[in-house]
Amino acid sequence: MSLGSVPLKYKVTIDREQCMHCMRCIDNCSYGVYHKEDDRIIIDSRKCTACHHCISMCPRDAISLKERPVDYRSHPLWTAEAREDIINQARTGKIILAGMGNAKPYPVIFDRLVLDACQVTNPSIDPLREPMELRTYLGKKPSRLEIDKKDNGDIELKTKLTPNLKLETPIMIGHMSYGAISLNAQLSLAKAVEKTGTFMGTGEGGLHEAIYPYQKNMIVQVASGRFGVDINYLERGAAIEIKIGQGAKPGIGGHLPGEKVCQDVSCTRMIPLGSDAISPAPHHDIYSIEDLAQLVRSLKEATEWKKPVFVKIAAVHNAAAISAGIARSSADAVVIDGFRGGSGATPKVFRDNVGIPIEAAVASVDQKLKDQGIRNKISVIASGGIRNSADIAKSIALGADAVYIGTGALIAMGCRVCGQCYRGMCPWGIATQRPDLVERLDPEVESEHVANLIRSWTLELSELMGAAGINSIESLRSNRSRLRGYMLDEGTLDVLQVKPVGA
Amino acid sequence: MCGIIGVIDRKRALMDGSSIRDALSLMNERGSGEGAGYAAYGIYPDYQDCYAIHVFFDNLVEPKSRVEEMLHKWGRIVHQEAIPTYEQDGLKKSHIPWRYFFKPYSDLMAGSTTPEDDVMKYIVMETNSNIQGALIFSSGKNMGVFKASGWPEDVANFYRIEDYKGYIWLAHNRYPTNTPGWWGGAHPFNLLDWAVVHNGEITSYGTNRRYVESNGYTCSMFTDTEVVAYLFDLLGRRHGLPEDIVVKALAPPFWDEIDNMPEKEQELNHAIRLTYGPALMNGPFAIVVATHEGIVGFTDRIKLRPLVIGENGNRLYISSEEAAIRVMDPEVQNIHMPRAGEPVIGRLNI
Ligand code: SF4
Ligand code: SF4
Repeated sequence: MSLGSVPLKYKVTIDREQCMHCMRCIDNCSYGVYHKEDDRIIIDSRKCTACHHCISMCPRDAISLKERPVDYRSHPLWTAEAREDIINQARTGKIILAGMGNAKPYPVIFDRLVLDACQVTNPSIDPLREPMELRTYLGKKPSRLEIDKKDNGDIELKTKLTPNLKLETPIMIGHMSYGAISLNAQLSLAKAVEKTGTFMGTGEGGLHEAIYPYQKNMIVQVASGRFGVDINYLERGAAIEIKIGQGAKPGIGGHLPGEKVCQDVSCTRMIPLGSDAISPAPHHDIYSIEDLAQLVRSLKEATEWKKPVFVKIAAVHNAAAISAGIARSSADAVVIDGFRGGSGATPKVFRDNVGIPIEAAVASVDQKLKDQGIRNKISVIASGGIRNSADIAKSIALGADAVYIGTGALIAMGCRVCGQCYRGMCPWGIATQRPDLVERLDPEVESEHVANLIRSWTLELSELMGAAGINSIESLRSNRSRLRGYMLDEGTLDVLQVKPVGA
Repeated sequence: MCGIIGVIDRKRALMDGSSIRDALSLMNERGSGEGAGYAAYGIYPDYQDCYAIHVFFDNLVEPKSRVEEMLHKWGRIVHQEAIPTYEQDGLKKSHIPWRYFFKPYSDLMAGSTTPEDDVMKYIVMETNSNIQGALIFSSGKNMGVFKASGWPEDVANFYRIEDYKGYIWLAHNRYPTNTPGWWGGAHPFNLLDWAVVHNGEITSYGTNRRYVESNGYTCSMFTDTEVVAYLFDLLGRRHGLPEDIVVKALAPPFWDEIDNMPEKEQELNHAIRLTYGPALMNGPFAIVVATHEGIVGFTDRIKLRPLVIGENGNRLYISSEEAAIRVMDPEVQNIHMPRAGEPVIGRLNI
């Protein structure tokens, strides 16, 4: 007997009184929910992903969408999702793929941390009238300065600083490769970081020629697949990032299906047209921290020690020890990607169950580096699930120098977090290579949206700092005394090194 | 709140403690009777080669023997005695102030360029974090801190501060706002030769504290001023930076100013900010720090707390209020206010 089908997830309806038969919904839905029969618009709700493209383009606000109109027998353990996953796997025998971040209702630590503000004895600072410094330098810093004071009072600086990245705001855009996202999406992000004086990651997909004009704001990534990596690529980046792991899929590699490897992607990635791009789980030349240190040094050597090299790992329970190892190599920054990090495509079981929250990971990394007296040797970048400026302020207070945002920047370009990125049909022209869909995304317009997001979060961050009586980002970094934990258990508070509310 | 005052005689002429007591009492509106204290340099000429260790003991049995056990292990006690005190109606005696004159064995701290200082620093950190009932609140050579919970006159009279003669004096009248008023929390804060008085609140405390702790200091006195003493010890003594550079690290120029500096100066200031970012202090403050060689006063980068300077011949005064300086020295001249973050340095010139 057949297993039959699982119930549809969303129910789409059109208010026929409102509808003006413009048929835009048919054009807009890349998943084929709508089609025309005679003069009627027919709806196949089963195909809907709740991407909202049709809704946002409907001139008459005629479309409504509802989640899950069908109930199973309620059961606390055997949730609808658990049952449906089993039915789908029983039918296919395959790994379930997913896009975007962890979709399980774990409590968000950020939401249980509150920031401090000044009252009376320490005045708050008004960022509109007083200078507020968010400028951030990423890279190694010496643990002390050597200077020579001459008899005539002149001071000679003997310590030479290693190259650092200079950011006007501690907000960067994380790595999303060409392949995972469209060229127009990358272009929008690139223009946005140029406008706001910050940086973005190329992801592991190489650097497309169209991005060359923005190369001074790009961090080029070297992943296990080494796609697109040659000396030209390394030289173009403002910094280089070695990707060991990713928050949405710690411990596994990546896979870009051959169908997505069009001419342009094939050139940029330096792989044959139509071939699957598989990045293995490990780097096949890195099996120890010493191997990693060698790769860091080789990349530095290749670029004449002029560029900072970052190492990105997924937040896992021993991230702190690994980071301490990375700090002792020649690396300039460690990127910790939390378990809520987004993904173009990943096995659902990884996305939802592997890794740890970024809040805990950053706090423990910062703590370990402090304990070992090597915090200055390396910058810490937090990413994976940062949703607003408060999350940024909290990440910095927990010990990050800067953050990467990913999903947030995509939402600024239209993404509705439908989670179907892996299917390559993103109706917003973001997670797709289909020319007709990519065309929908106008880099001029969307770059302004993304830049606006960075600007507004930067403003909010300075307001939060001002309220805490702090006028330079250095003094927020790792400042645990400006945080309090609300309804967090003792163990977590201990890891975060944060006192409970009222204490 | 809080009233601070410091004075140096650049030619080492000694001043007794009576005038600074009067000056501090003038600023009683800046205090709450919960803490006052004095630091004086040059007061122990007979023991000038020894570290003068001032300790608050809760009793003279357990904690005292534990402290002495440690002192015996690390060096030699040349002399010890109770610090003379005189009961005051307005002051409740909560601890027994004691002093040791101590010489560490320098060969016990291998690999240090300042072994005696490092032994002493270690003893202070160990005692204050691990020996219940003992708190070392002063540990420099030929100098001493005298402090308690009470009004400035009462604290001064309790120690009979006029009996001490020093060439540098610091004093502090406390208005605690975010930590309890207790003897250990009164200023000045001291480590080795560094003594600090502070008016304000350090909003970057969490960052600064973690920074000094990762460099081997333990903050045990529940107040933000403690870290200032440790920051000066770390940057000034261990990193060997001159005072004006230490101040540049703690209250650096804004990036806008740095960007407009001549190239060489820019490079130096850039390097200071990058290297000493975690030492940067935020929040409203006016601070005076002393060592045996001089004093330095400075405020936060946007000057949220007052600081006034006055001079008279070899004397340099730094205080929260002009009136306080005038009480000490009615003839004072050249009264002025430094710019935000600008260090005012008074150095011995003999
Ligand atoms: S998939 Fe998107 S465009 Fe298609 S019907 Fe659903 S919401 Fe509309
Ligand atoms: S990028 Fe596109 S496919 Fe992916 S979640 Fe966002 S809207 Fe959906």
